[in-house]
Amino acid sequence: MSFLEVAVNISIIMIGMSLILIFIRLASGPTIEDRIVALDLLAANAIGFVAVYAIQNKTTTFLDVGIIVALLAFLGTVAFAYYLERRTRK
Amino acid sequence: MIEIIGGIIILLGAFFILISAIGIIRMPDLFTRMSATTKASTLGVGLVLLGTALFWQDTGISARTIIIITFLFLTAPVAAHVIGRAAYFDKVPLWEKTKVDELKGKYDEKTHDLK
Repeated sequence: MSFLEVAVNISIIMIGMSLILIFIRLASGPTIEDRIVALDLLAANAIGFVAVYAIQNKTTTFLDVGIIVALLAFLGTVAFAYYLERRTRK
Repeated sequence: MIEIIGGIIILLGAFFILISAIGIIRMPDLFTRMSATTKASTLGVGLVLLGTALFWQDTGISARTIIIITFLFLTAPVAAHVIGRAAYFDKVPLWEKTKVDELKGKYDEKTHDLK
């Protein structure tokens, strides 16, 4: 195993652990804003995971998925926040 | 040589992603959580994508990773600001040890305009 393969395997473990931690916050977050922040972070982690997975399997197709996930995550966050803010406005 | 540099950059990025996940679990209130997650995760994902571009050294792949990095660096602060604003108006409780709330009394409660 070369150094890069070891690094990629360790990175996959680290990103997987952070996905578990974010899911804990997503399930237990006391307010709805905490859940939105957790969802946003989940999407960012998904992009990182896609990149590392693409290196591990030597396929480049998945990087396009990263672009789409980044777009959708931003749209979703802004939409959630917009409606939350409008709910509290009178 | 370039493989070793790429591996180190990817490891560093994964480390920052892990730090942001620990931050979202350990921090006491929403605003400190956001401060931990937005910055660390943007840097972490950016470093991982940079390592990916170094690994392939191909124009198409580099263009894609640069597009994702630019998009993340442009949108992460905007998203954090929008969530923080909505949370402030929704009266999300601050941490009990917070010293100052500089926005207190500066916003109209009804219309959300600056006074």
